[in-house]
Amino acid sequence: MKDFLFNFKMPEHFFITGDPLIYGAYVSIILVSLAILFVLTYYKKWVWLWREWLTTVDHKKIGIMYLVAALLMLFRGGVDALLMRIQLTAPNMHFLDAEHYNQIFTTHGTIMILFMAMPFLIGLMNVAIPLQIGARDVAFPALNAVSFWMFAAGAMLFNISFVLGGSPDAGWTSYTPLAGSALDPGPGQNYYLLGLQIAGIGTLVTGINFLVTILKMRAPGMTLWRMPLFSWSTLITSVIIIFAFPVLTIALALLTLDRVFGFHFFTLAGGGSPMMWANLFWIWGHPEVYIVILPAFGLFSEIFSTFARKKLFGYNAMVYSMLAISALSFLVWVHHFFTMGSGPWINSILSISTMLIAIPTGVKVFNWLFTLYKGRVEFKTPMLWALGFIPIFLVGGITGVMLAVAPADYQYHNSYFLIAHFHYVLIGGTVYGCIAGLIYYWPKIVGWLLNEHLGKWAFWWFTIGFNLCFIPMYIVGLKGMTRRMYTYPAGLGWETWNLIATIGAFAMGIGFIILVWNMYYSFKHRQNDTTGDPWNGRTLEWMTSSPAAEYNFAVIPQVKGLDAFYLIKKERAAGVKEEAPEIKPIHMPKREAFPVIMSAFMFVAGFGFVFEWLQIGFLGLLGSVITMIWRSFNDYDRDYYIPVEEVKKTELAAGRRV
Amino acid sequence: METTTATKGYQPMEYKSEEGRLKIFGFWVFLSAEIVLFSTLFATYFVLVHQTAGGPAGKDLFEVNIFAMETFFLLTSSFTCGLAILYMRKNSMKGYLIWTIITLLLGLGFLILEIKEFSTLVEMGAGPTHSAFLSAFFTLVGTHGLHVSLGIVWVTSVMIQVIKRGFTPVTARKIFMTGLYWHFLDVVWIFLFSTIYLLGVA
Repeated sequence: MKDFLFNFKMPEHFFITGDPLIYGAYVSIILVSLAILFVLTYYKKWVWLWREWLTTVDHKKIGIMYLVAALLMLFRGGVDALLMRIQLTAPNMHFLDAEHYNQIFTTHGTIMILFMAMPFLIGLMNVAIPLQIGARDVAFPALNAVSFWMFAAGAMLFNISFVLGGSPDAGWTSYTPLAGSALDPGPGQNYYLLGLQIAGIGTLVTGINFLVTILKMRAPGMTLWRMPLFSWSTLITSVIIIFAFPVLTIALALLTLDRVFGFHFFTLAGGGSPMMWANLFWIWGHPEVYIVILPAFGLFSEIFSTFARKKLFGYNAMVYSMLAISALSFLVWVHHFFTMGSGPWINSILSISTMLIAIPTGVKVFNWLFTLYKGRVEFKTPMLWALGFIPIFLVGGITGVMLAVAPADYQYHNSYFLIAHFHYVLIGGTVYGCIAGLIYYWPKIVGWLLNEHLGKWAFWWFTIGFNLCFIPMYIVGLKGMTRRMYTYPAGLGWETWNLIATIGAFAMGIGFIILVWNMYYSFKHRQNDTTGDPWNGRTLEWMTSSPAAEYNFAVIPQVKGLDAFYLIKKERAAGVKEEAPEIKPIHMPKREAFPVIMSAFMFVAGFGFVFEWLQIGFLGLLGSVITMIWRSFNDYDRDYYIPVEEVKKTELAAGRRV
Repeated sequence: METTTATKGYQPMEYKSEEGRLKIFGFWVFLSAEIVLFSTLFATYFVLVHQTAGGPAGKDLFEVNIFAMETFFLLTSSFTCGLAILYMRKNSMKGYLIWTIITLLLGLGFLILEIKEFSTLVEMGAGPTHSAFLSAFFTLVGTHGLHVSLGIVWVTSVMIQVIKRGFTPVTARKIFMTGLYWHFLDVVWIFLFSTIYLLGVA
């Protein structure tokens, strides 16, 4: 027992040293932490922080926290990307050594998919979905906070690997046997496993929460077929999350058992199957691709319809195509490893199922184009990002069909052609969708608009930079450059293309800086959104004030058709008298402390298991179970009513009729 | 929304509030995620079932007496758990408590047998680190056992709350949800029993 409790096996390097980048990270972590502590103490903001943010269950605030985290992670992942591009600018560069390069492409991929794209989209869902369906909150507000804090704990755990113990370095796919303990000992890969595991719990809970919210809490009159497309896409995404994430949970758990406890799932010794990891990973991983693209599709649909001043073309076809994509997303995973040798039959079938996905996706692209056709298109910044998405995504999609041809894939596999393909779909689709959605919903989130002029600069820098960065990758890929090589010799005809790609990457970085600068600039020169409807929107979220009151709607609106708010505005313009709505006391959830406490315990548990200090690991788990039990015993009277007087006061202050 | 949910006729207490209805529905959705979780473990097990690395296979390890007893305990506990909910519906605290305690004891009995089975295997040198087959077996059966353990903790904690507060829409909802969970674990066990143990000794 004593041996178990006090056995702290230290890894070879606990504090990572030896690289100026890492010393820089130490200094900045310490300085930023001190600065935060100082500011919070000096301005006496600790109680405010606890009451307003750490224990909040308000979906709008949780959404904001997700978005802040996603932007920070976009920065971190972007810096990783720039480091890689610097390294590959010219042949025979040794700016990074091989090991460091491996770590950086691993963290870049993992962070961008799981700690940037996911929270960015989930943040936008949190901000918009309850408003869009005319609800006061999500179905389970406290669980929503659990989702966020689990994600935050996982992200934090993953990120400290940079300075404590060493980053994971087996690629974001973490293929065994490379990622097994025999070839990759030490805490690095454990960080990957535990960080994703903890964040994954949060994502699963989000999926359940939004499924129930959308199915059960829509405003009266809003049938499923009157739902805006972003709500539809979130509903379908939730279903994919619920069926895909448990597979990831198991895959990560099995590899953790292999690495930490000496099990034999993926080791050849003992009869395990390294190929099983690839299968498990991609049975989750391919649906995951659609988890990050479908909400973006939903956002684009809203934006096209709003800024073309038209009903979305082919609404039903849009929904059916998303349903088809979600079903197919589970039937294509083998295309990630055609070269692993599954045999001609299996490769042929999965090759065809992969190509099938192009059909519903094509339907969607045509519908967006037809939405623009004969519309009065306004080129506001969200619309620019949406318009930029179509050609970029098209190129990404078509090269995807090329990759789907199994025999041809033997040539493209793991080349820069593949890298270019998935950046064209993931940046062109997901990142463009996130940024378009962020700018679109910005006034709803903070109450003032982002500057259009700077927004356009950001868009053009980013878009031109993006194409400069990734078109050359298609070319060097066909010229034989494989992914994950940390340096390359001269004379292969890759030099010019790599140089252009690096220039493009920095242009994208400038675009990102302008985007962030725009947030500060627009705050300084605030142009307040007093109407709550800055874009002349068509859906219910634009009916509330900006930012929406704590209770969202003083009176839940009646929905009479698709584009509910557009119909209401039409009636108002036609002079149809609205019944004076009677305000009733509003039922609200109280704030909750347990989500952040439970997640802190999970962080401790994760940290313990990363270093294989099992006593710490189990202590953390015990702590989170006890927190849950404590919460179960105190799960009574967790609600209150906002009195009518206070609702009226809030509404009047927002300039609304009561 | 109050108007969209059927309110005709008899309605059990746990369904009376909007919150109760939402939480029960959400729990069903959670159970479907659990099905995917266990399916993945089953698939893993069947991929690795013959990978014994020269060590013992299921035939050499599984004791019919033990897993038959485990099955008896768990299946009976599912029945008694159902009875507890029936007594809750009849507003009989005594009936609820008696059958819940019996359920817990049966669950505990199951757990003790499983722990004994595991420790015997480990002592025989057939622990989870011995072969891929044993890794998969211990993980699948162990995950179910972990669920049963958490279930025991949860049922007990709800029982204490019920003793303190009586049957209210909130406690009734909690009892009902623990019941769903318990039956779910029973269903999973039926698959474990038939595909791992019965096929294993065949």
